[in-house]
Parts: sequence; structure tokens; C-alpha cells
Amino acid sequence: MGMGNEGKTSGKGVGARLLRREDDRYLRGRGRFIADMRLPGMLEMAFVRSPLAHARIRGVTKPAEGGASVFTIDDLTGVKGISANSGLPGFRSSTQPVLAQGKVRHVGEPVAACLAENRALAEDLAELVEVDFEELPAVHDMTRARDADAPLLHEHWDENAFLESTVDIGFEDAARDAAVVIKRSFRTARQCMAPLEGRGLVAVWDRHLEMLTIHSATQMPHVVRTGIADCLGLDQGQVRIVAPDVGGGFGYKGILLAEEVVAGWLAMKLDRPIRWVEDRREHLTGNANCREHSYEITGYAGPDGELLAVDCQAIVDSGAYSIYPFSACLEAAQVASILPGPYRMRGFRCKTWAVTTNKPPILPYRGVARTGVCFAMELLLDAIARELGLPAEDIRRRNLVTADQMPFTNITNKYFDSGDYPQALERALEAIDIDGVRARQKGQSGVKRIGVGFSLFCEQGAHGTSVYHGWGIPMVPGFEQATARLTPDGGLELRVGVHSHGQGLETTLAQIAHEEIGIDPAKVKLVHGDTAYTPYSTGTWGSRCAVMAGGAVGTAAAALGDRIRRIAAHLLQARPEEVILTDGFAKVGSAAVSIEEVARTWYQKPQLLPNDVDPRGLEATEGYKTVRDTGTFSYACHAVVVSVDLQLGHVELLDYVIVEDAGTMINPMIVDGQVQGGLAQGIGTALFEEMQFDSSGQPLASTLADYHLPVASDIPRTRILHMETPSPISRFGQKGIGESGAIGPPAAIANAVNDALAPLGAEVNQIPLTPERVLRALAMGKAAAE
Amino acid sequence: MKPAAFDYLAGAALADAKSALAAGAKPMAGNQSLGPMLNLRLARPGRLVDIAMLPELRAVTETATGLRLGAAITHAEIEDGEVPDPTGGWLREAAAGIAYRAVRNRGTLGGSLAHADPAADWVIVMTGLEAMAIIDGPSGRREVAMADFITGPFATVLGDGDLLVAIEVPKPGVDARWGYWKFCRQIGEFAKASATVLVDPAKNVNRCVLGALGRQPLVLEESQAVIEGRLSPRDAVTQALPGRSPEALALHATALERALAQANGE
Ligand SMILES: Cc1cc2nc3c(=O)[nH]c(=O)nc-3n(C[C@H](O)[C@H](O)[C@H](O)COP(=O)(O)OP(=O)(O)OC[C@H]3O[C@@H](n4cnc5c(N)ncnc54)[C@H](O)[C@@H]3O)c2cc1C
Repeated sequence: MGMGNEGKTSGKGVGARLLRREDDRYLRGRGRFIADMRLPGMLEMAFVRSPLAHARIRGVTKPAEGGASVFTIDDLTGVKGISANSGLPGFRSSTQPVLAQGKVRHVGEPVAACLAENRALAEDLAELVEVDFEELPAVHDMTRARDADAPLLHEHWDENAFLESTVDIGFEDAARDAAVVIKRSFRTARQCMAPLEGRGLVAVWDRHLEMLTIHSATQMPHVVRTGIADCLGLDQGQVRIVAPDVGGGFGYKGILLAEEVVAGWLAMKLDRPIRWVEDRREHLTGNANCREHSYEITGYAGPDGELLAVDCQAIVDSGAYSIYPFSACLEAAQVASILPGPYRMRGFRCKTWAVTTNKPPILPYRGVARTGVCFAMELLLDAIARELGLPAEDIRRRNLVTADQMPFTNITNKYFDSGDYPQALERALEAIDIDGVRARQKGQSGVKRIGVGFSLFCEQGAHGTSVYHGWGIPMVPGFEQATARLTPDGGLELRVGVHSHGQGLETTLAQIAHEEIGIDPAKVKLVHGDTAYTPYSTGTWGSRCAVMAGGAVGTAAAALGDRIRRIAAHLLQARPEEVILTDGFAKVGSAAVSIEEVARTWYQKPQLLPNDVDPRGLEATEGYKTVRDTGTFSYACHAVVVSVDLQLGHVELLDYVIVEDAGTMINPMIVDGQVQGGLAQGIGTALFEEMQFDSSGQPLASTLADYHLPVASDIPRTRILHMETPSPISRFGQKGIGESGAIGPPAAIANAVNDALAPLGAEVNQIPLTPERVLRALAMGKAAAE
Repeated sequence: MKPAAFDYLAGAALADAKSALAAGAKPMAGNQSLGPMLNLRLARPGRLVDIAMLPELRAVTETATGLRLGAAITHAEIEDGEVPDPTGGWLREAAAGIAYRAVRNRGTLGGSLAHADPAADWVIVMTGLEAMAIIDGPSGRREVAMADFITGPFATVLGDGDLLVAIEVPKPGVDARWGYWKFCRQIGEFAKASATVLVDPAKNVNRCVLGALGRQPLVLEESQAVIEGRLSPRDAVTQALPGRSPEALALHATALERALAQANGE
């Protein structure tokens, strides 16, 4: 670490509750998003999309009028499809053509691109394109995808699975002694991520420089650059990706889209800027899918609730294609490695399939596999507890990894870096007033029943090299780099390859720089999102920015601090070690020179400097990795009290508590904001969001009137309590928590509903918890009792 | 999601609108239902005539037996009490429960009824209150009882060139009682089940109506038996809706039970 305690004394460094610097711009409507961009000569692009889930294309007929502005795959000479191959053995590889080639594999797949002066005209043109389809039977149910008679999506495969994998760690031996064996089937719904802004881009070809610039609403500009260059056969030096203001990402904007490649090619071909702004229908029906899992899971426990072993068969519905750069196997690989959660167990067996179906590819959404995994594991624990007559908290107390075991290497070789999981549970129990709730539950008899539920999980953030390599993901993060440089007037410019689109990095990274070299955060400018200006980075994903970009900025700022000190030492006639950077000044005792003066000296008055000055000047690029590359492990306990209306199956959230350990909080308000926003999405997963498909693979929702997102009135007042166990592996002790809020709610809420329904012999095991599902569970409970 | 091209006409008087309608234009009121359909290209009228500001459709007149509300009166105007409420508050309360304020500011009573979404609020409430639709069309004016006005999901008796100009809401008797209950999981969502109960002894009215059925509202034949407690809401709903899933029946029955409880002052 750099100079130490600057932030604590100034109130602006690590730990400070600074208002977000970017908010002023956003709240006044001064953000600049793709839909705000208009370039001279720009054409708008709309797509002819497949209305069918699975069909052969016999032919595409362009309209007589305007046909020259319609493009199919046959027109796109020299363009390669998108492929993302997992490094895991047995992976079946597929290529996603950027426009359909011979066949369509999901509703919404782009078949032809249409250009016009505005979007309405482009849509008019798209309507005139005739596609001759021969419909094929569709695979719509992941549990039937591998059936012998299932139609093959990728005809060179022998079954509809990207990958099958098995993990077995001492399962048989551990399971043998079980006193109770509990088996359950769990399902999570297919969802759509729904950032306020959808995808969008403007592609611009500069024929003088032979350079393609794509302004894209992306989280990962550098990765997109590589993908675009690959598909278009350009040198990466010819491609520049610029992410302007981006209205939320949640994972959706980490993906290279076929639409981006098509727009890039068209911009080059026609030498005109091409814009595509995704609309909500494209978003819902063709693109932003995520989350769909199925679990057959069995828990083996001792008579006192000790968890001996878990056996699981999990299917992930990966959809039609393997997505770039995460592949079709990120979720399945995660399931097998993170299912044990924060618990100890002696044996573990997990078989997973990433199957392919006639649905849009699933993309990693905030929490990725963790939301489903946490749901499966936490509901299983409650089912075991009910069987043994134990309260939910007791079975968790019995099995959680304890503080004195930290750091702890779990059964799947995850290295839990620090923390006190049982304490998180105890604090949640107290805050939710567990005794009070249980007292209110006694003798309940009316139409409404209350229940209390918990979920506990860890969130591995800032996944490092070995983790991603181990999961076989084609994109592997290495050192994260940042540049810190002084401007001639003493301002600080930070350049990072990650992108900030709601995470508040313009604020937190400035706080970190302040912590290191004492520059006022107001004088720090974050340059991000542009491959031309920033060091390479895999980008913003996996709760990595606070740890990795934060660590990189800290390291680069510290290196810059050394350079500043050397120049200041000369100006102050002192030794560099004596110089302290604080409050915008370099000080030695009572003598001081402003950072501004140091900068001016280097850039504009070099005659004042001696010959042996450091020639690298006031600009430092440094690389950063955590002490171990196994990831930081934040964790949380969610506790919720629900009321279930037995006549309507309606679930109301009465109280919600989250105890979160983010390690050192760089900005506690931003941590709270991340947790709160994630919670809203988690409530959507638990109660509302579901993209259903019929047996021909048709999505049954195409607007937000049918696809129900949580709204403000669905979010209960929430208390977020913090534990701050610093991570021993990150620069300031911070841990990634970007996804946490979205992980815990489905499990906690379903457990609470099951707690309320338990006296009636009913149990729900599928989310979202719609009235119909709750009523069906109640009816089954009643039938079983009779 | 951009509409197909259309012409937009904003006439100053009912006569302008009528001639536009006669020439094949489609009326546009608050555009809260029509707008999304235009964007999805589910509706592709070549010409739209804006009727939201026509004086005749904004008029409110008392009649001998009730109140005539112009079709272009907005949900928000009813909610805020800017127009009289002949029911002494039932309309205001129903209006306040429609969607959320931004929709209520523009959405109109007439637009909602003409659109005839099976789950919409006015569709069931006006059927429950035995309101009359006043229609002006190529063959002149006619009045149709609300239960006959709506003929199916998104279907009404309105024909080519017809305009719904007003809704006449009868004034209930002094000791009339009313219940309206709908089940929405979220604010702004359409109802999953809804029911009204009107008990008006002075007029000898006993009326139970079920809504959000995917069809036009259903006036229960056994209304009186339900109101008098001789037939349970659950049995009445099960009899009236054969072939529905147990979960759906549970929701509709609960809506009726709760509307009845309201009418009974429980
Ligand atoms: C997000 C959202 C949520 C909603 N939630 C609810 C809800 O919970 N409950 C509910 O009841 N409604 C709800 N609505 C619908 C809303 O109440 C609309 O206002 C109403 O359905 C239509 O009224 P409008 O004035 O906007 O009609 P428009 O959209 O302008 O027109 C609708 C249709 O009626 C026709 N039309 C309009 N006026 C007349 C007339 N005078 N004569 C003949 N034809 C006419 C039009 O040609 C069109 O076909 C919701 C709408 C939205 C956007």
C-alpha cells in the first residue's frame, strides 16, 4: 500500500461515503448514450428476425424496391461466424453465423439486415423481405434435449449438449453413513436481463486510416475489439471500440453480438456510419436470455443435521449457441464447482450438462450460476432441516465453515480467503427478530401465513487466471493494468480498461488514487471505455472492478507517487523518502510544494530539474494481481419474512435483512447501492421474471407487459448490515460484491414461503413463485394429507 | 418497434372526427393502448383521428337518472374528483387503481371501454354498475347496455365509423352497497382476477360480475343467491366457469368473496 491513512484523515479516500461524481451528469440527463448519437450520413439498421425456433431456410427474397439495402449472409463476404470454444475436454463446438446461414436455431435469430435513413423505414423494408422457411421440430425443454429422438440443432453433433462433466469427491464413502437422505427437483426460470438501456452501437469506417470504430454499449471494449477483428479479418490495430455512457449491463453487455459484426461489415462496405439500437422486443425475444437451470439433488445428512454429502445432476439450458467470450459452459462449470456454497461436507458428486435448445443463447447475468446454485443448496438444507425437525438456522450453524477455520479450502478446492460466516447468520437472526417472528407464527390460522427464510452464500469475485483457465473459458484474465498520469496543471488522469456503467468507478477509483497520493478526488478524471486510450483489460464482469481495477489504480498511483516525490524532493531540497503526499501537496516538515507545481515543473519548466531525473516522468502504467488468483470471497446472509395469502398464492415481503461482508468498503454508499440494486433483481427472479416458451419454441412474452419486472412497490424496506473482514489477498482488503444482492433473494424468499406453508404440508421448488405455483403446491399438500 | 407510417388528423369538432371516421380513420384517445399496438405494428391504421380534446367527448352532463361522462374524460380526472362521481366515490376509487399515474393522466374512460381488454378496470366496473354506452355512428345515435357493449376479448359492438361519445352511469339508490376487488401482483399490472358486487335494494338490483376472464365480463346468473348467502362464491364461480384450472378458479372465487365482503361492509 502507498502512503497509508490519507483517506481516513481527509474523509475522501478508502472508506469515505463520497457522493457519486457521475450522478450529477446522469441525473441532469446529460449522459451520452448510443441512442443520443447521430453522425452525418448515418444509416439505421433493422433486422429480419426468425419467427420460428427451428427451421431450414430455403431462400430469402429481397424486395424489388430497396433490395439493395438488404443484406444476407451471402452478401457478407469474408465474415467469419462467432465461435467460443470451451477448453474443457469433450466440448462440442458450434459457430454462430452473424446472419442465419441455411438454418435458424431460435426465434429472433437475425436473418437479414436492412438499412434506411431512419429506423421506421428500416423496419418497413424488413417487412418486405420474404424468407422461405421449412419448419423443423424444436427442442424447447432442457430435460428432453438429450433424448434419442430429439432433433439435433447442430447436425454434426451426436447429441444436443455442449458439454457433460462429472465431479466426484469421495461421494460414496461419505454418503454411506447418512441417517437421512433427502431428494428434490428444483427449477429456475429462463429470464431476460433488463438493463434500462438495451444494446446499441454505431459503426464508423474511416477509409483514410482504414480504421473501424464501433461505439458500442459494452462492458468489455477490449474483448469486443478482439472478437470483431477476428470475425471481420481485420488487424486489431484497425479496430477501435468506444463504450460511451452505458445504461446498465448486468452481463448482457459483455457479449459480442452478431449485430455488432454485421454493422461493422456494413460500415466498411458502404462507408457510412451504421447504427443499431436494440428495441425491447428484440431484447426480450431474441437476445438477453439468462439463468435457466434444473437440478436433481440429493442431500445426505447425519441425525444431528451434519451434512455428509451432496449428489446433484444439473442441467443448464445454454440455448442455441456458445457465446463469445464466456462460452456455453460458464454456468455449468460454475455449478459443479460452487454448489457446496459456504458449507463443509465430506463427499460431493455433481454431474452437469450444458444442453443446447432452440432458444436464444443464455448469457451470464449478475450472479451467473450462483443464483440458481444458491437456490438449490439452500432449499435442500431447509428440506433436510424440516425432515429432522431442526430450525433452519441450526442446520446452517452445524455446517457453515467457521471463522477459526479461515482461510479454508473447501471440498471443490475453493479458497475462502477470510470471514465469519456463522456470525453473518447470527446477526441476520437478531436483526430479523427470529424469536419475535416465530412467536407470531404460533397459532396462525387465517388466510395469511407468515414465514421466515434464510440464504447464505459466498460470492467469488475478481476471478483470476487459474479460475477461468480451470473453467475452460476462452477468455482468461491476467494482470489488470491501469495508467495514472498527471496533467500539466496537476490534475490526475486514470486510465483503465474496465468500464463503469452504474458501478460508480468514477468515484471509487478516484478515492483509491486519493488514498495513495492525496490528490482531491474532484481533480481526478477517469478515462475508460475506449480501446484507444486505455490499457488492455478483459473488462467489467465477475465482481472484479473494485478489486482488480482498484488494485491496479492503487499500484499505478503509488508508482506515480514515487515519481512525484522524486521531483518534489528536488524542489524541496530533501530526500524522496522524506516527502509525504497529502492533501494535494508534497511536504517535508513544514516545507511544501503543490502537486500542481510538481507537474508544471516536469512538463513546462524542465530546466529546473537535474539531469538524473526519472525519465519516465509523471505517467505510470502498472499491472496488478491479487496475492492469490483464486478470487476474493465476499459472503452474505439474507433473511426475509414473508406473508403468503393462502387463497391467492400471493407472496408479500414484510421484512428483509442482508448481512454482507464486502471486506474493506471503498465507499459504503456504493456498496449499499450495489446490494440494493441486486436485491431488486433477485426479487424479480424469485417472484416475477419468467420467459416461457411453448413447445414450438416460441417465447410467450414480447413486451414488458408480459415479462414482469419488479417495480418500486415490490421492494421492501431493507436493512443492509456490514461486516468488514478485510480480504488478505487484495490491495485494500476489499472484496467483490457486485453480484451478491442478486444471488440470495430467490433462495431466502422460497425458504420463507416454504416455512409458511410447512404446516400445510406444501412446498414450492420452482421459481418464480407465481400465485399458480403456490396454489398448486397448497393443493398438493392438501391432497397428500387426505 | 416503430409504427408503420400513418396520417394524423386533429379535428376541432365532432363533425370533423365523424367525417374522418367515415373515410376510414381510426380514433385515438389517450393512446395508452393504441400506442403500444402501433409500435408493435399490431395495429396499422393508415389514418388516425385524435378525439381526446373534442368538446363533445369532454362534456359531463347530469341526466334524470344519472351522469353522462364524455368518453374522453381521463382516469386521472375521475380519480381527482374533477368530474362529479354519481356513485359517491366508487368511480374515484376504481380510477385510482388503474395502472399508475402516468397512464391515468392520458388514458380515457371511453378508450378503455372501446379497447375492451378483458382485464381492464372500467370494463368490469361499468358492467357492474349497469352503465350505458352512448354511440354516435353513421346511422345516428344509439345507447347500448354495457353488458351488451362488450362482446368478447377486445371486441365491442362498435362498427365502422362508430364513436363512443359518452358513458351514462346510473345514480345508485341511497342504501346501495358496492364492492370491487381485483388481484394484481404488482402496481401497474392488469388484474389476474376481478369481481364487482352491487346491491341496490331501492332498485331491486343484486349483481355480481366477474372480470379478467379472457372474455367479456360475466354477470353471474346466481348473483342474488350469492349475495343472500345461499350459494358460496366458490361454488358459484366453479359452476359458472367450467373447464378452468383449479388455480384460476381459486383466484376468481377469492376476488368474488372479497368484493362481496366489501359490499357487506366487512
Ligand atoms: C403500462 C400500462 C398499464 C395499464 N394498466 C391498466 C390497468 O391496470 N387497468 C386498466 O383498466 N387499464 C390499464 N391500462 C390501459 C389504460 O387504462 C388505457 O388508458 C386504456 O386501455 C385505453 O384508453 P386510451 O384513452 O388510452 O385509448 P387509446 O389507446 O387511444 O385507444 C384504444 C382503442 O380504443 C379506440 N378508441 C378510443 N377512444 C374511442 C372512442 N371514444 N370511441 C371509439 N373507439 C375509441 C381506439 O381506436 C383504440 O382502438 C394500462 C396501460 C398501460 C400503458
